[in-house]
Amino acid sequence: MLTLQIVPYAEIAKLSSLGRIRKLLNMAKDGYLVLLEGRLTKEEEAELIKTTMEEINNEFKGIELAVVNNLEKEKSFLDVTRANFAKIILGNRTGFTIVGPATLVKQIKRDPHKIQVLLQEKKKSKGKGRK
Amino acid sequence: MITFLKRFVDNIMSAIFKKKKHLKIGLYGPPNGGKTTLANRICKDWLGEEMGVASEIPHETREIHIKEEITIKSGRKSITFNLVDTPGIATKIDYEDFMKFGMNKKEAKKRAKEATKGVIDAIKWLDDMDVVIVVLDATKDPYSQVNITIIGNLAARNIPVLIVANKIDLRKANVKKIKDAYPQYDIVGISAKTGKNIQEFYESIFAVVG
Repeated sequence: MLTLQIVPYAEIAKLSSLGRIRKLLNMAKDGYLVLLEGRLTKEEEAELIKTTMEEINNEFKGIELAVVNNLEKEKSFLDVTRANFAKIILGNRTGFTIVGPATLVKQIKRDPHKIQVLLQEKKKSKGKGRK
Repeated sequence: MITFLKRFVDNIMSAIFKKKKHLKIGLYGPPNGGKTTLANRICKDWLGEEMGVASEIPHETREIHIKEEITIKSGRKSITFNLVDTPGIATKIDYEDFMKFGMNKKEAKKRAKEATKGVIDAIKWLDDMDVVIVVLDATKDPYSQVNITIIGNLAARNIPVLIVANKIDLRKANVKKIKDAYPQYDIVGISAKTGKNIQEFYESIFAVVG
C-alpha cells in the first residue's frame, strides 16, 4: 500500500538544501509518496537527482519527481513582484513538490493543467492524484 | 596598485582567450533523445568521422565523450568548439529494464551502475558548459521533470540554451508541443538520423553562440 505523506512548508523552512534533499529522499526510500508544500530550487532539483543516483541499488531504483511552480504562469510584473515579496517574508512556499519511489510510482504525468500520479501496475491499485 | 591592475588585465585577457580557445558545447537531455546520433551527425558533417555508438537501449552513453576542435561554417561565419556528449539524465535506473533488451543479470547490473555514475557526471559537468543543446525526443511528452530540471538549471547558471526537437522524421513527432512547453527558448526541429532540417540547426547554433 502506498501512503501519501503531506509535508507542510514549516517542516523544511529551517533546513539547508542538503537537509531538504535528505528528508525528501529518505521518505521516498521509506516508500512514501511525498507532497511537499513549496518547491525545491533548480539547483536542489539537480542535487536531488545526483544524490538519488548515488544511492540506487538492487532495492532502491530511484524516484519519480515533479516540481510545480505556479509562478511560471504568472507573467505580469505585478504578479512576479508580489510573489517575490511573499518569498522574502514567508519563504519559498509557492508551488509544490511531489516525490515518490520509482518502485511504486510509475510516472508523474503533467501538462499545463493537471498532474497525474500513475502507480506501478503490480501493486494492483490505480491511484491518481490531481491538481 | 600596479600589481592589481596587471592582475585585472591578465584575468580579462585569460578569460577572453580561454573562452575563444575552449568553447564547450554540451549535448544534454533524457536518455534516448538522440544526443549521440546528433553528435555523430555533427562530427560526420564537419570532421568526416563519427563520435560514439548510438543504440535503442537506454543509457548507451554512460561516460562523457568529448570531440575537440570542431569548426562549423555558414557563409562567412565560423565557430570552433569542443563538443561534449553526455549520458542521458534520469531520476530512476532499474537494472531489470536492461534485461528486457537481452542482457543477463550481471551485465544489466553493471550497466545500471555505470548509468548512475553517468548521470552524476553529466550533472557535475553542467557548470563547465558555455552553451548547451538540449536534445528532446519530439515524439515524447516534453513536460517531464528531467527536461524541466535541466533547462531550469541552465537558466539559473545563465548558460545559453538551444532546444532541439529531434526525431521529426517520425509520424508521432510534435515540435509545436515542445515550443508550447518552452516558449522562451530557441527551438529547432530536426532529424539527427536522416539529416532533415540540419542546416537550420547549424544556423541556430550561430544564433545562440552569438
